[in-house]
Amino acid sequence: MKIHEFQGKLVLQKYGVATTKGQVAYTPDQVKEIAEQLGGTVVVKAQVHVGGRGKAGGVKLGKTPVEAYEVGKQILGMDLKGLKVKKVLVEGAINIDKEYYLGMLFDRDTRKIIVMVSAEGGMDIEEVNEKTPEKIARVWVDPTMGLQDFQIRDLIFGAQLDKAYVKPITKFLRGLYNAFVGSDATLAEINPLVITKEGDVIAADCKMDIDDNALFRQPELAQWQESEEDNAIEDEARMRGLTYVHLSGDIGIIGNGAGLVMTTLDAVSREGGQPSNFLDIGGGAKAEVVRNALEVVLMEPKVKAVLINIFGGITRCDEVAKGILEATSTMDIKVPIVVRFSGTREEEGRKLLEGTKLIPAASMQEAARKVVEVGYGAAVR
Amino acid sequence: MSIFINNDTRLLVQGITGREGSFHTSQMIEYGTKVVAGLTPGKGGMKTEHGVPVYNTAKEALAAHPEINASIIFVPPPFAADSILEALDAEIPLIVCITEGIPTLDMMRVYPVLEKSKSRLIGPNCPGLTTPGEAKLGIMPAMIFKKGTVGVVSRSGTLTYEIAADLTNRGYGQSTIVGIGGDPIIGTNFVDVLKAFEADPDTELVVMAGEIGGSAEEDAADYIKNHMTKPVVGFIGGRTAPEGKRMGHAGALVSGNKGTAQGKVDALLAAGVPVADTTAQIGDLVVERMKKLAAVK
Repeated sequence: MKIHEFQGKLVLQKYGVATTKGQVAYTPDQVKEIAEQLGGTVVVKAQVHVGGRGKAGGVKLGKTPVEAYEVGKQILGMDLKGLKVKKVLVEGAINIDKEYYLGMLFDRDTRKIIVMVSAEGGMDIEEVNEKTPEKIARVWVDPTMGLQDFQIRDLIFGAQLDKAYVKPITKFLRGLYNAFVGSDATLAEINPLVITKEGDVIAADCKMDIDDNALFRQPELAQWQESEEDNAIEDEARMRGLTYVHLSGDIGIIGNGAGLVMTTLDAVSREGGQPSNFLDIGGGAKAEVVRNALEVVLMEPKVKAVLINIFGGITRCDEVAKGILEATSTMDIKVPIVVRFSGTREEEGRKLLEGTKLIPAASMQEAARKVVEVGYGAAVR
Repeated sequence: MSIFINNDTRLLVQGITGREGSFHTSQMIEYGTKVVAGLTPGKGGMKTEHGVPVYNTAKEALAAHPEINASIIFVPPPFAADSILEALDAEIPLIVCITEGIPTLDMMRVYPVLEKSKSRLIGPNCPGLTTPGEAKLGIMPAMIFKKGTVGVVSRSGTLTYEIAADLTNRGYGQSTIVGIGGDPIIGTNFVDVLKAFEADPDTELVVMAGEIGGSAEEDAADYIKNHMTKPVVGFIGGRTAPEGKRMGHAGALVSGNKGTAQGKVDALLAAGVPVADTTAQIGDLVVERMKKLAAVK
């Protein structure tokens, strides 16, 4: 789960990590009000879950409250890489002396937490990594041991940060590590970490991802799981407890098991179809889950046909058939639905669907071919 | 022969009185798996509906049943890492964790302990494993399997069933079917399973079904190229998955140019592994290779 910059900074502050201070505004008037309270120049930053906000015009300075109002008006409501900006963070400007980069993330290869530091702050770290990888100092932290002092020294001296700030940067790194572990983060990026002309070490930006699997023990963070910016259908699916990913095509896909659904998407694409979603009903799904799944998939108005691909294990094909019939009898479904059953109670499941408009298919490949045919018309093939 | 489990497997079920644990214990016993004990803290002393004695701790269970050589975990995500650690502490040689949704940080803490132990962990977030005709540990619908000489290893459950059922229909049975799990941190990777299949005299050929995310398939390709004498047939799921979207499995995520399907397909092809485009084609490739093997004999 991604959280916003202002939320990430709240997490950091909870762990004693210094950040720039500001407030969230939803209207230009609020931007002006906050600018008046803060006094002086303010920075207005779009709060949306995309990278490269600055380059895309989502971060601007306002020297006076009136100017802040104007930039607030420009940024609020703007489209940033496909997402509408609904709120901004208004912060007092700071006197930047130096900008560093600091990142922590779960490293899948080593199964440890990798910590990266670079003196090239404010830059795109991927670019630094590609062109001058030697400018990034890295250490890997075993969470049963925690971040050690020698590792912090390896980072600070390895990245050739200003030696005058060893103590405050050490304190910052320890705090950030505690925030990372304490909030079950999988990513925490401070870019830039700023040394002000006054000598303070503060996080000027904060990008944080939280492990979805750990939200049960992070109730405060779980509340931040928000809808407004994500896809509305993904939201609805989440509320109904379904694993749904929205895609850009027009063939609806429902299946059981992540690997099988992924493979179904591949099969439909091979036949020339464009899947509109990924939907895994999981193992042992009851009729109600199946009905929910169909409803959610059909919320996308572009959908021209739906493929339901079930390999019965714990999931029973007859149970799935009941769910499909429940949905088709209560909803006015205008698009054709292709159903492929295999495994547990496949015969019973197929029998239940006999005499209906549902189109049976014997294998995944056949089902993929049929759904493309009925969805796009025979002309495509 | 087979890998990891057989007729001699004696199983402890952690979380035996829960809904999943209880249901799948019935299924495993029905298949012929020897379930000798169960664990549910606080319910020690009782017997389950299947007649299996329940203990409070792994230590108690092992004291009463020293023959236990495998454990399976059906414990909810908040407590599953602790259950793995308990099984590791009891030095149970094979631990299978079915639980989906364990926090990554918990698994990062389990991993160093696992590495220092002599135990093997399969999963978490996996369907378990089956040696047809001998034992089933997990939640696989075992009626689709048949005894034979094809080893199957996969990161996904239902995809494994799809592949195995097709092989069975074509008359090719399986030595052992292993679902290694869809999480970013898992105890047993493709390479570990490939090594075991390579050493198993009853396995002639291996089907390996990978998916997007991570680099386990690339590592496997490297191993196959340098160490494997038995033929391997490959498959990669998620070829059309968009970047940055987590496709159901916590581990199935393409980020930047890492973990892409194409990278994995290329690595396997470079290692001499034919990669099927569809699940049906996996069967075709297996039949073709098995016929070649038979001709050599």
